[in-house]
Amino acid sequence: MIEVKDLHKSFGSNKILKGISTSFDTGKTNLIIGQSGSGKTVFLKCLLGLYDFEQGEITYDGKVLSQMSTDEKRNLRAKIGMVFQGSALFDSMTIAENVMFPLRMFTKQSRSEMQDRVDVVLNRVNLQNAHHKMPSEASGGMQKRVAIARAIVNNPKYLFCDEPNSGLDPKTAIVIDNLIQEITDEFQITTVINSHDMNSVMEIGEKIVFLKDGIKEWEGSKDSIFKTDNEAVTNFVYSSELFKKVRRMYIEENE
Amino acid sequence: MKYLHNIGTYFIMVKDMFRKPTKWSVMKTLILKDIDDLIIGSLGIVAFISFFVGGVVAIQTSLNISNPLIPKYLVGFATRQSIILEFAPTFISIIMAGKVGSFITSSIGTMRVTEQIDALEVMGINAINYLVFPKFIALTLYPFIISIAMFLGILGGLAACVYGGYGTFEDYIEGVRIDFIPFHMAYAFIKTMAFAFILATIPSFYGYFMKGGALEVGKASTTSFVWTSVIIILVNYLITSILLG
Repeated sequence: MIEVKDLHKSFGSNKILKGISTSFDTGKTNLIIGQSGSGKTVFLKCLLGLYDFEQGEITYDGKVLSQMSTDEKRNLRAKIGMVFQGSALFDSMTIAENVMFPLRMFTKQSRSEMQDRVDVVLNRVNLQNAHHKMPSEASGGMQKRVAIARAIVNNPKYLFCDEPNSGLDPKTAIVIDNLIQEITDEFQITTVINSHDMNSVMEIGEKIVFLKDGIKEWEGSKDSIFKTDNEAVTNFVYSSELFKKVRRMYIEENE
Repeated sequence: MKYLHNIGTYFIMVKDMFRKPTKWSVMKTLILKDIDDLIIGSLGIVAFISFFVGGVVAIQTSLNISNPLIPKYLVGFATRQSIILEFAPTFISIIMAGKVGSFITSSIGTMRVTEQIDALEVMGINAINYLVFPKFIALTLYPFIISIAMFLGILGGLAACVYGGYGTFEDYIEGVRIDFIPFHMAYAFIKTMAFAFILATIPSFYGYFMKGGALEVGKASTTSFVWTSVIIILVNYLITSILLG
């Protein structure tokens, strides 16, 4: 479980995060949503420890991030898997080498053990025959799946995804969403996804945190988001006619 | 203020380069790859330039000797001195700032733009050690390139001198051997090691700390070349005034 208390972050005089408090539960897919510029990425980078923050507290399973020693931080990071918006695969390595990379860095496994583990995770993301391809030879959807495979190869306790569906067609986006959901359930990972894809919200949003101008405007689940009266949330989530209709139908059905 | 900030950040980067080393089995692969990219990959251009510039130095020296009292072996002597003292260590380093420096800046810069450096940091890897240290180690073999440049420069001078009809083989060889001061070699290789450090770290600094997209990678490469060249010239002056002044 990850807990955040009163998080403040500024760049110079520009206040980005203005006192965010929330928690992300173990074994659940937690979504951070909000418009571009609302502070989602900065929030995610603070959670990852990539940005220092002025005020507040982040705890990972009860341990305060800012009070951790260098070794403790290193151990924590070895338990974190991250899927970047642009996949961030290493260009100079094949897909199999990319997935094997965390194992080479953090384990003492033999080459054959590492290869077996790579086979398992590449099978898990349905990429059985892509081992020797270079990232540049893979499609956007394949690259995202490789990034997920790399993120989970070391059995992480926490999985962070920064807009995992950006640049993907709706069908592939659903495949990626479902894959993340399945992996979260299967391995009981604390998953935090930064997204503004409404399909993801409706599909996998077990907990949703809505940010607006650096403030936590609303939090709830994919079910409660249909019923919320919060104007900022409804304006954001139901900005398209399609989602407005879906919401009306949902409310009518439930009434 | 910006310059002071950059200088401070550069020295912090240099310190971090030696901190929290990457696992040796991984580092070994990175070093070998960088030796291939930075050292082996530069041999062709260095050999080509050295040979022909050596030839040009010999021809220019020969054409500027009009006084019959000046001995003919001066062509070989002047070529040797120019090549060993300045051309091989300094001017090859300026060329390398363009070739190797731009490669380092653009490759690290592209990793920054595509979040590959963030990926390393999230994994808890010291990205500066992972990216810069292998380049620094690979460039400790830089004196090997400079030795080849010295040899081929003098050989190019010999070929131009003899086959161009500017002097005899014997005169040129006598010039190359006469008044040889071994300390000049030490001076040249001390300079070379300093330039190797500059070539590994300054382009890495501009790549690592760049911000923006593809266009900025190009700009960072240009800035890196300019500053690497400027620092090489300044350090060259400093070392020369200390060791030979």
